[in-house]
Amino acid sequence: MTDVIVVGGGPAGLACAIELRRRGISDVVVLDREERAGGIPRHCAHQGFGVRDLRRALTGPAYAQRYVELAQRAGVDIRAETMVTGWSPDGSLEVTAPESRESLRASAIVLATGCRERPRPARLVPGSRPEGVLTTGLLQQLVELRSPRIGTRAVIVGAEHVSFSALLTLVHAGVRVAGMATHLPRHQSLPGAVVGAALRYRLPLWTRTLLTEIRGLPRVEEVELRDLGTGATRAVTCDTVVFTADWIPDHELSVTGGLELDPGTRGPQVDTALRTTHAGLFAAGNLLQGAEPAHVAALSGRHAAAAVAGWLNQCDRWPERVPIVCRPPLLWISPNAVSGGEPPSRDRFALRSSAFLDGPDIEIRQHDRLLWTGRLRRMVPGRSSSLPASWLVKVDPHGSAIEVQSAAQWH
Amino acid sequence: MGAAVARELSRFHLSCTLLEAGPDIGAGTSKANTALLHTGFDAKPGTLEARLVRRGHELLSAYAAQVGIPLARIGALLVAWTPEQRAAFPEIVERAHANGDAAIRGVEVEELYRREPHLGPGAHGALDIPDEGIVCPFTTPLAYATEAVLNGCELRRGTRVVAVERRSEGGFNLQTTAGLISTRFFVNAAGLYSDELDRLAGHGGFTITPRRGELIVYDKLARPLLNHIVLAVPTGTTKGVLVAPTVFGNVLVGPTAQDVQRKDDTSSTAEGLAYLRAEGTRILPHLSQHETTAVYVGLRAATEHTDYQLTIHAAEGYACIGGIRSTGLSASLAIAEHVRTELGAAGLELRPKESPATVRMPNIGELSPRPYEQGGRIVCFCERVTLAEIEAALGSTIPPVDLDGLRRRTRVLMGRCQGFYCGARVAALLREGTE
Repeated sequence: MTDVIVVGGGPAGLACAIELRRRGISDVVVLDREERAGGIPRHCAHQGFGVRDLRRALTGPAYAQRYVELAQRAGVDIRAETMVTGWSPDGSLEVTAPESRESLRASAIVLATGCRERPRPARLVPGSRPEGVLTTGLLQQLVELRSPRIGTRAVIVGAEHVSFSALLTLVHAGVRVAGMATHLPRHQSLPGAVVGAALRYRLPLWTRTLLTEIRGLPRVEEVELRDLGTGATRAVTCDTVVFTADWIPDHELSVTGGLELDPGTRGPQVDTALRTTHAGLFAAGNLLQGAEPAHVAALSGRHAAAAVAGWLNQCDRWPERVPIVCRPPLLWISPNAVSGGEPPSRDRFALRSSAFLDGPDIEIRQHDRLLWTGRLRRMVPGRSSSLPASWLVKVDPHGSAIEVQSAAQWH
Repeated sequence: MGAAVARELSRFHLSCTLLEAGPDIGAGTSKANTALLHTGFDAKPGTLEARLVRRGHELLSAYAAQVGIPLARIGALLVAWTPEQRAAFPEIVERAHANGDAAIRGVEVEELYRREPHLGPGAHGALDIPDEGIVCPFTTPLAYATEAVLNGCELRRGTRVVAVERRSEGGFNLQTTAGLISTRFFVNAAGLYSDELDRLAGHGGFTITPRRGELIVYDKLARPLLNHIVLAVPTGTTKGVLVAPTVFGNVLVGPTAQDVQRKDDTSSTAEGLAYLRAEGTRILPHLSQHETTAVYVGLRAATEHTDYQLTIHAAEGYACIGGIRSTGLSASLAIAEHVRTELGAAGLELRPKESPATVRMPNIGELSPRPYEQGGRIVCFCERVTLAEIEAALGSTIPPVDLDGLRRRTRVLMGRCQGFYCGARVAALLREGTE
């Protein structure tokens, strides 16, 4: 039996494996279903990776490669083109590799399967079903593989960081961008990105705007946009639509493994040490929530290694937990349970809101006890705000669920 | 339908050509239906449809086992949600009996919820139709066409008939978008366009008004919610919204029923999708917590008549297969058999081949083991499609010409990520494979 199997060779899985080896675990296997390990950054051909976890500035592909090299140097057994397709009744992993099909057992399993953008059918956008409807992930790989005919004129749905990443990819591929539509009243990226894009590419940003229909066959010809304020609709000519963000954890193995999911994140519920609801099973990275930057995922993988090592050394009982739930407009908190007193990764919780909140007063309660209250700065949908972990010591481990709510008004 | 007829005829010593106006086999109405294997229990007794669906059910069940088409008789539960619907049961049972279905029986509420524990509240009982089933709508026409081609039938894709001319010595000259074809016998299986082709052939006994059916496919993680096909009590115009497992392991909700003007109007609508979402979560409340994987839209070839418009003009050597609505997949082999028999009676010489070629189709369903369960390079993660399967499809008797065709042959890109992970690689494989 292997000591640890890490499922998923992206930043979280590789960082976890490296840290496990550093902690003296001898037998660490990373299973990655892609042709090469490295995860999503492999396709993000822009700068901005590695500063906070590797202390150097890298492009996505270089960052992914760096993690693969570090893992190999650390003695991690990375197996690419190796996919876990399910669970055997005895709890081992059913694995398909190029030349084999086998059941693998491990003392501990770390799920680091990442997240994906919801594609058009998952958003139930009506209309025809033409070519030219993409996600950012698909777009980046089409460009990377030098696919002909990416398109000539695109509409981007969403206005988060990744949406601007899609914009740069489109421009790089020679596709003009007609505009960017978001149902929210503002964009969710950094002001610099938006101002820059507006100046350089004369990009219209359509706020409070819904894409209500896609038309054209066999290729996209136009989309219908509806102004949520006035209800007015108009058609915009384009041959490409890129659906960005709206992440969902790739939680298939979590569900088929019987793990409890957090209703907010839709990833497995984890405590601050990243234990799932199943003994010996841990989860890390963007499987926990969609989506955080690569370094946050990597640091969460590194963080999970501590509890994995503890479990291997003692195989102590799996602790009882108290879940943390969010009240609207708060969307989710991650991690979302408390069991031992361990601090979370980076000593903080990530908190998300579905609406823009200016200086919300946040309250954390357990039953009628106030554990923490404080004011956050601006909350932006699709971006995490940090919540301190100082209140963990006050949690009654036998008490009811912890509730997080905002006193602020909707904006 | 055309593929089924071509398969049937190719088993005899004949020169046979299959013309497909679309880019590929099964790329029209066939690819977007409810993928059910109907018994015909609810057909109008005495009609051609009732007889042919029943016969087709028998033939397709046997054929599927022989060539490897995913098919399972999982049974249907026709659920009454109101006392009025329940009151319609005796009539439905009587009709089923008239159609030769002896297996239909009533199911009380308690048993219903035992067999479908996730069913929404408020059911007033059900009828159990154990022989209703699910079948792969992609493999079936491909198997027919492949068998036809292997038996010498010539397949011309992307070839539309634009004019029909009668030859003085008998037979027809068909003017197509790819030249002239002369034939002694001519079978019209043009689906939504069968009325137009029938008029080109000098007839015109019916008009097709496409009836749009929108369907939502839910994530595979929802599959454990359902054991049977859950049917609605039919109204005058439609069989209602059903919830069914698919052979691929998803859950399907649909169809809507709306008459549309255009025969290429396969657009989904906001209203239709909202309605299906509401109906789906009413019938199976836990569906609300699941992701939707796909939306598709089919056009049923509805006519002003209630029965199939299946006419053999024996003297001319012309057969028209029109007005085949949602039961076409189930009835296809029986319709082909019927057409072959009638053409034989009309003078088509039918000398059976001694050992016609048979086919074995790649299994793309979840009802039996898939190739990845033996090891392999999985390219499409959501649907577990291996590189070997993609290469086999690209090198098959009727290779795909586009991504949609590759999807129907292997299931690539059909899954929950819709190409987020593998879309670019699959497109590159198709490009390389079709160059």
